[in-house]
Amino acid sequence: MFSEELARYDWEETTDRILSKRPADVETALGRKHPTLDDFMALVSPAAAAYLEPMARLSRRYTQERFGKTVSMYIPMYLTNSCTNSCVYCGFNRHNPTRRVILTPEQIEAECRAIRELGPFENLLLVTGENPRAAGVDYIEQALRICRPYFSNLTIEVMPLAAEEYARLTRSGLNGVVCFQETYHRANYNRYHPAGRKADFEWRVNGFDRMGQAGVHKIGMGVLIGLEAWRTDVTMMALHLQYLRRRYWRTRYSVNFPRMRPSEGGFQPNVVMSDRELAQLTFAFRIFDHDVDISFSTRERPEFRNRIATLGATSMSAGSKTDPGGYRTYPQSLEQFSVSDERTPAQVEADIRRAGGEAVWKDWDKIFDR
Amino acid sequence: MNDLIIGGRRFRSRLFVGTGKFSSNDLMARAIAASGTEMVTVAMKRIDLENPEDDMLRHVRRPGIQLLPNTSGVRDADEAVLAAQLAREAFETNFIKLEIHPDPKYLLPDPVETLLATERLARMGFVVLPYIQADPVLCKRLEEAGAATVMPLAAPIGTNKGLVTRDLLEIIIDQSSVPVVIDAGLGAPSHAAAAMELGADAVLVNTAIAVAGDPERMARAFAEAVAAGREAYEAGLGAQAPYAEASSPLTAFLD
Repeated sequence: MFSEELARYDWEETTDRILSKRPADVETALGRKHPTLDDFMALVSPAAAAYLEPMARLSRRYTQERFGKTVSMYIPMYLTNSCTNSCVYCGFNRHNPTRRVILTPEQIEAECRAIRELGPFENLLLVTGENPRAAGVDYIEQALRICRPYFSNLTIEVMPLAAEEYARLTRSGLNGVVCFQETYHRANYNRYHPAGRKADFEWRVNGFDRMGQAGVHKIGMGVLIGLEAWRTDVTMMALHLQYLRRRYWRTRYSVNFPRMRPSEGGFQPNVVMSDRELAQLTFAFRIFDHDVDISFSTRERPEFRNRIATLGATSMSAGSKTDPGGYRTYPQSLEQFSVSDERTPAQVEADIRRAGGEAVWKDWDKIFDR
Repeated sequence: MNDLIIGGRRFRSRLFVGTGKFSSNDLMARAIAASGTEMVTVAMKRIDLENPEDDMLRHVRRPGIQLLPNTSGVRDADEAVLAAQLAREAFETNFIKLEIHPDPKYLLPDPVETLLATERLARMGFVVLPYIQADPVLCKRLEEAGAATVMPLAAPIGTNKGLVTRDLLEIIIDQSSVPVVIDAGLGAPSHAAAAMELGADAVLVNTAIAVAGDPERMARAFAEAVAAGREAYEAGLGAQAPYAEASSPLTAFLD
């Protein structure tokens, strides 16, 4: 399990290693066909800030080699904001006095129709909080069955599950699982996740092994930028990605590194990442792993998303509502985070085209499901 | 230099040596000694299994050397499993180099039978080192089947052509969780050094040493090349710059 591998890396020592990288280390990393984790550290180090332009060129080249000039489009559907966790930065924190809803089967179906009217979406991301009793595996499985006829590719972003639960959902039409570790800082993890099942660091971080064992087609990983020193956190995620690839080599992977935005909980980010740094990180991941899908949500502004789409990012959401029932059932009021990109899916597509790319809506078909 | 561990055993030398094609067993023994190798592969078919004083065996049994019997001559998984069991008794080791080549001309390994035999032998407690095509997916399948290493070929056996399969070997090395030993086709010390610089864990050389004008000196040359290549890999090679600065910057939007 990955927790054992992670335990071999000391946080402070890794941070020091990253901060001590010199320009020569960055140049070595840029010249390496198969960069090592050490090279990745050089690419996310402060020393690499001066190499942003060559990094962008290399990132664009690798992206085009593997993905062409395409950007895969997806849209989230929040099924519930009901949650038993109390993550200090999250709008779904159970101590927030927000109204809680769990969409009924009829409401889920209405949301499906509303999304299809919004744009030709085929990749759907189903999101829940963590409330196993009120919205557990049975509920998620039911939602998958309802959504299946409307979309060709279904991904869930829910609480970590047991391997046999992932396998069961895969049989019900599940294609991918997204789960954010949020931070790999073992010692500080519980400051942000003090209670509920999410307080169990090992259960969460080893969830990716369980997904791999269950044969999930695609695994999405993520670090929430704003909690801990980001360079160290994303290095741990790169380590995790490398670890998973070696073991579960039939699976596809994606990485996410959302920058924290204000939420109803009022938590203010501990670290702030600039646009330049976000671009550096995107290029670093692409150079480190040419095949990984790099995903950008509507948390980021349109101008940034337009540019990064042709340089390293390979999937994007559009038209997103981050509240349950937000497309039809309920007015937008229960959101998990606020979006920065309010463009319609058609506008996003047009902007991608103007930047020389092509928005891809469908790249999977139900007939490939097991 | 870091040590290499296979089947729980530590190897300081990353040069493995084969024992075929030498003009005499005596010359072979001297070449083995000169190479500093700690792993020597022997074709079972060359050994008189009934005779504990077999001349070839006598020449390769040396302290500090792990014998690696190979199944060369078998044509399918059933024969390979049988051969491995006989080898375990005769050589008193559970190390086995799996070579299944039904084709007697090019001696190219059969991937399907090799995978089947690896599964069975690993379950039986063998330390299995399968000789195979430079096929990255096959290597992952063998790893899952319990192979202790993978041994992809650099070029068809005996051709001395060097790293013909280089691009595929790079992928195999990049994604392998078990040691990668490059086998077959390495014709010169520079080939071996290049393989080690790529990040191979070891190389196996036979023909290039056996048929050299002076096998003993060639063995030494390979030993030095392997050590140098490994040293360079661990030291971290400086790389060629793959990018060119162009006129219109891609990152101007960040200014």
